[in-house]
Amino acid sequence: MHRFLLAVLRRDLTLAARRRGDWLIAQFFFVMVASLFPLGVGPEPAMLARIGPGVLWVAATLASLLSLARLFSDDHHDGSLEHMVLSPEPTVLLVLGKSLAHWLIYGIPLLLVAPILGIQFNLSWEAIRVLEVSLLLGTPILSLLGGVGAALTLGLRGGGVLLTLLILPLYVPALIFGAGAVDGVMAGTGAEAQLSLLGAFLVLSLMIAPWIAAAALRVSLE
Amino acid sequence: MNLYTFASPAHFYTLAGRLIPWFAWGAGLFTLWGLYIGFFQAPTDFQQGEAYRIIFIHVPAAWMSMFIYLVMAFWGAIGLAFNTRLSFMMARALAPTGAMFTFIALWSGAFWGKPMWGAWWVWDARLTSELILLFLYVGIIALWAAIDDIRRGDRAGSLLTLIGAINVPIIYFSVKWWNTLHQGSSINLMKAPSMAKTMLLGMLVLAIAAWLYTIAVALVRVRRIILERERQSEWVKAILAKES
Repeated sequence: MHRFLLAVLRRDLTLAARRRGDWLIAQFFFVMVASLFPLGVGPEPAMLARIGPGVLWVAATLASLLSLARLFSDDHHDGSLEHMVLSPEPTVLLVLGKSLAHWLIYGIPLLLVAPILGIQFNLSWEAIRVLEVSLLLGTPILSLLGGVGAALTLGLRGGGVLLTLLILPLYVPALIFGAGAVDGVMAGTGAEAQLSLLGAFLVLSLMIAPWIAAAALRVSLE
Repeated sequence: MNLYTFASPAHFYTLAGRLIPWFAWGAGLFTLWGLYIGFFQAPTDFQQGEAYRIIFIHVPAAWMSMFIYLVMAFWGAIGLAFNTRLSFMMARALAPTGAMFTFIALWSGAFWGKPMWGAWWVWDARLTSELILLFLYVGIIALWAAIDDIRRGDRAGSLLTLIGAINVPIIYFSVKWWNTLHQGSSINLMKAPSMAKTMLLGMLVLAIAAWLYTIAVALVRVRRIILERERQSEWVKAILAKES
């Protein structure tokens, strides 16, 4: 079981390493969306610090959606996905492995880029630290729930837009608690409560999402 | 004759045809009765004045918006577990009505919020989660619309309904869990209601009207879906030949 999970992980990571352009696009998308806000609402430092956490979190969810549309579709096109689902190994592990790989490829670089954007948004070091923790807890949620959406919309026309429509409502709790944690530390009320809720939501997603996504994948491949 | 007979679309089609007039007339009468109580009999609220009367539309619509979602999730789960065709058809038939009630709840809430809070909209927990419920309904309907294959569409929509069902308890308990601008619920099974008897009666009568309306509309819709899906079968051809 572990070997299957590791094999799926290694395969997706190798594929990503050979096509570096793909995951760089999502990171630049993240940077660009976040950079549009100071241009749109004005460069006043106090206001940027106020809206910064929310903007960075919204940009992170959009960047993850951008990359999630291709979570299963490449393997679906060349037929390897069907073989993996038909194999005796549980589909849940396949989905879990792919979601984990997605998080490693897109979530980790996002964590590295976020502090730089935090500085641009005039956030304090304390706020940037909490932002990192909230993204560390929150981005796996995005990958796990996104797996459900990617499996449901596999091979549909307009799948990308549909994926956004289906999954963004499910992202809302992560967005609220994640951005709320940073707001909390800036307002002086502390971030523990929000981070705990975010952690609880992560555990909940980890327990439910892979099973639903596996069922959805089987439905889509029928 | 046992109850499972009606799990067959052909039998359910005739049963639904016979039930629809009862539910439709019931819905009409209860609506008129409820609105009469609400607008002519119920006393003016000592705090909120006349504007509180929106409650008679707002609360039943909000109840239905959440309840219909749970019923959809229930039918979806039954369909996924037992592979029954009719359950998926019921889930599909309920979704547009659920979305409509969610919209009415939000819209009437805005009209109530303006005189009470001085704002059409505030981003508090209950309003936001009800808005997310509307998004979920839209997402499910969009997913159904995007998938041409009936079998796949049924199952995919039901899975999405199930994962979104976590939102319903969040909406229901949001006024308890968070300190929000939205007032707490006026009705509680555990203690005496914090409102006048006539107000409560009007609200319950309109809630029953909303139930009857939902059942009637869902049955009409499910009959259409049955005809569309079973159009190759002999009994549908016979019905269509008789009607045309």
